[in-house]
Amino acid sequence: MPDLLLELFSEEIPARMQRRAAEDLKKLVTDALVERGFVYEGAKAFSTPRRLALNIVGLPVKGQDVREERKGPRVGAPEAALQGFLKSAGLSSIDEAKIESDPKKGEFYVALIEKPGLPTQEVLAEILPQIIKTFPWPKSMRWGAASKEPGSLRWVRPLHSIVCTFGPETEDPDVVRFEVDGIVSSDVTYGHRFMAPDAIRVKRFDDYVTSLERAKVVLDADRRKDIILHDARDLAFAQGLQLVEDEGLLEEVAGLVEWPVVLMGSFDESFLEIPPEVIRTTIRANQKCFVLFDPRTDKLANKFVLTSNLVAKDGGKTIVAGNERVVHARLSDAKFFWQTDQKTKLEDRLEKLKQIVFHEKLGTQFERVERIAALAKELAPIVGAEPALAERAARLAKADLVTEMVGEFPELQGLMGRYYAALEGENPSVALALEEHYKPLGPSDRVPTDPVSVAVALADKIDTLVGFWAIDEKPTGSKDPYALRRAALGVIRLVLENNLRIGLFREIWKHARPFVSLLSRQPLHVTGEIGPDSIDEFIEFARDLKGDLESREGAKTIVMLANCFSNPGNLSSFFADRLKVYLRDQGARHDLIDAVFSLEGQDDLLMIVRRVEALGGFLETEDGKNLLAGYRRAANILRIEEKKDGKAYDGAPSRDLIHAHGETEEKVLFEVLETASRHAREHVNREDFAGAMKALAELRPAVDAFFDKVTVNAEDSALRENRLTLLNAIREATLTVADFSKIEG
Amino acid sequence: MTSEPAHMNPARSFQGLILTLQRYWAEQGCVILQPYDMEVGAGTSHPATALRAIGPKPWRAAYVQPSRRPKDGRYGENPNRLQHYYQFQVILKPNPPNLQELYIKSLEAIGIDTGVHDIRFVEDDWENPTLGAWGLGWECWCDGMEVSQFTYFQQVAGIECAPVAGELTYGLERLAMYLQGVESIYDLNFNGLEGDKKVTYREVFLQAEQEYSRHNFEHSDTEMLFRLFRDAEAASKKYLEAGDAGDRHLMVLPAYDQALKAGHVFNLLDARGVISVTERQSYILRVRELVKAVGAAWLKTEGGGVAA
Repeated sequence: MPDLLLELFSEEIPARMQRRAAEDLKKLVTDALVERGFVYEGAKAFSTPRRLALNIVGLPVKGQDVREERKGPRVGAPEAALQGFLKSAGLSSIDEAKIESDPKKGEFYVALIEKPGLPTQEVLAEILPQIIKTFPWPKSMRWGAASKEPGSLRWVRPLHSIVCTFGPETEDPDVVRFEVDGIVSSDVTYGHRFMAPDAIRVKRFDDYVTSLERAKVVLDADRRKDIILHDARDLAFAQGLQLVEDEGLLEEVAGLVEWPVVLMGSFDESFLEIPPEVIRTTIRANQKCFVLFDPRTDKLANKFVLTSNLVAKDGGKTIVAGNERVVHARLSDAKFFWQTDQKTKLEDRLEKLKQIVFHEKLGTQFERVERIAALAKELAPIVGAEPALAERAARLAKADLVTEMVGEFPELQGLMGRYYAALEGENPSVALALEEHYKPLGPSDRVPTDPVSVAVALADKIDTLVGFWAIDEKPTGSKDPYALRRAALGVIRLVLENNLRIGLFREIWKHARPFVSLLSRQPLHVTGEIGPDSIDEFIEFARDLKGDLESREGAKTIVMLANCFSNPGNLSSFFADRLKVYLRDQGARHDLIDAVFSLEGQDDLLMIVRRVEALGGFLETEDGKNLLAGYRRAANILRIEEKKDGKAYDGAPSRDLIHAHGETEEKVLFEVLETASRHAREHVNREDFAGAMKALAELRPAVDAFFDKVTVNAEDSALRENRLTLLNAIREATLTVADFSKIEG
Repeated sequence: MTSEPAHMNPARSFQGLILTLQRYWAEQGCVILQPYDMEVGAGTSHPATALRAIGPKPWRAAYVQPSRRPKDGRYGENPNRLQHYYQFQVILKPNPPNLQELYIKSLEAIGIDTGVHDIRFVEDDWENPTLGAWGLGWECWCDGMEVSQFTYFQQVAGIECAPVAGELTYGLERLAMYLQGVESIYDLNFNGLEGDKKVTYREVFLQAEQEYSRHNFEHSDTEMLFRLFRDAEAASKKYLEAGDAGDRHLMVLPAYDQALKAGHVFNLLDARGVISVTERQSYILRVRELVKAVGAAWLKTEGGGVAA
């Protein structure tokens, strides 16, 4: 079976786009083939800085023949209809059509159309230009004389040539001929820009790869990565050093060379006084070089590893010297920033934060720091931190944003704050919090444990969440430009992994308050606390204002804010969703999370999780399973009867009635319900959820016996009604631990 | 190059570097222009690039442009940063298919041997918000050092480039430092001579760097500058209006000068730190609006493609 080789040769493709582009090419071409009925055995795509290549093996020589029956007009239809049918079916006379009959429509014509499969080459020549013209580059451009006309070809950088061959392994393949905006496909490609720039004739994938290798091009990015990694490790090892590995950098560097040549350079030892993260960031960001670690000193070595694209005539001496010069200049800059920054205290930088807009609607970094400091101070006792330290750390948390170093390398934010704070003699917890308050940055990032860090980290994230909620910038679908999902997950992990007891939503509501005044640009005169009990009052208050102050911007803002928090999609259900995702990742059942979440007043994440755990454990036991079955039976009967009667049986069962006329099992159930509910509530109050579930299990024999012996739908209507309220009491009892109606399976 | 006297060698002489590049690009059919006589931040702002990149007419030019970046002044104390430096600018419209090769040959012309130096094209998309311009291209690296910018203009003054021009910008001081092997700009040999005939970059420019840094950061008359900005803005609009003759435009270049003036005045104000973050955006927008109006008017001139 024949194979396809396609190569698109261009000027240098950005490293970050290469891998994705190769995969897109593979998908687009194979999808288009499959859509036209072609099957293939395998496909693989490759990329280098100057080319995308695709090899599809095991394609048929031609497509499948297609037989199609097409229904036409009825026999005796007007001439015009017949002619139209003949034309569309490609028949020359109506005699070529069959006549079929149908009980409804009567007799009608059917054309049998047979389309022989097209040669694969023809299909490719049709598909490929279209794919090239509409290729999904993240950014593309026009170029050259052709760009004078509208609609000229766009590519990531100028496209120069196209190789496209097709044929079986044993014979010389054909060139699949097509043209895209003046570029004609051929079997000619080019080698390394400097070492082998001449044209190369290729046949198929095998000789293509070996010809490229001879012409100093390693086609496979993963192989280039392997070469770089192993050579770099070897060079390091020879010096008794260790390569500081960096997958992102490796991927990028492999996209910057067609023929990797790894070399080692060094820099002045005096630069090692700069923090190692700064050295690494400088050398990585500007020079795309790796740094090395010296196990003898337990510090960075004054060496770096660079990857050049050339087997140089002088063995790389010039290249190393050139790179060393640049590294020297960059490290000199970094050292200058490091020393200059130390001349101004973090505290004295706060004024400058007034110049930095955090978000146009949410004010400056300075205002944000004020809010975070107040919140961190308030959260401090809850997380076991000294309030003054938490406030201090929050106040300094963003000061490093206006240092020279962070101005140059934004990714060092936080870290530089920690270094400078430590040098200024701040409390170690404060210094640590300057770095850690950004954490955790994702599901696998470390969660801070120092209470001061925790307080500031929580305050930072809650402020972000409430702020963006207040201006109605919520994440939608895959769009989350302010990383709010990450912030919410951060809060959840901070709370749970530190075993913190915190009334989270109460804190969130409280923090809505500074935003009301910020957004309305007028002080908010609400007396008393805005706590969880009064959020409804807050919303009411907002609605009232709307009536009075329709024209005032502030009132409108308050109303909007209230709506943001009260409407579906509000912040607490956003948290609930994030928590579900988190717990699901930990293996918890989502229905159990729902069962706990739908209880009233769930404000404490840790307790929610404990309850979910206890519920999961309980439902594994015989008692749990049977109680759930009993609950369901009760709930089903209730649902049916309540619907039938058009009323809810939510009153209390009558003790007198039961004692006067009830059956033994009914009496027992009534008594047990009372004690079991009481016990369960007591355990819940002690936050002993497993105990509460166990207490509920006391119900089980009584419930089972009740259903065994007692007819709920008694003829005596008073007795029937009372029994239904008894069932309701079972439902109510289970609500002390979870909403059993949400439990699945 | 062998016939050149030693003091013209680009590896020894700053002016030798400039002259070599000029000669090389002259051989590629470029008109060799002189610097534009206005304060600009980059060679791109020269009308020979910013305006000639717009419209259908072919164009090839090369020139040195003194570039003013008031904020980058360091009182002559930083060996790598200046508030006034030279760019060597090349524009080829439409870009020839072998522009990358031409560029590499220009490096060879100034003595960079591609057999021992590692030349790389590293993604760098270019954007100039005040010019309403963007393009795709690279930073060109020589042994890990950025020596040029290479851009395919896609849009200038808010107008799609048709055809696209290729733009090359060489940072002359940095390139010369590399060729001459010196660690400070001020140590560059300017004229390539030795002994008491040698003139260094220090002798030519250090005093200017010190004085302009004082001016840019401490003493520039901000009240006058704010006024100048408003005046230049108003003048640019006024000239555009006065030159508007329906299908034709008769006074684009003077209006463009005033837009450049406003741009430079803004840079001076910015260096003095008297423009807040939010205002900053609106100033940039105001200059861009001027440049856009100029660009649209340019299309109604002969240079912009209207038949004579």
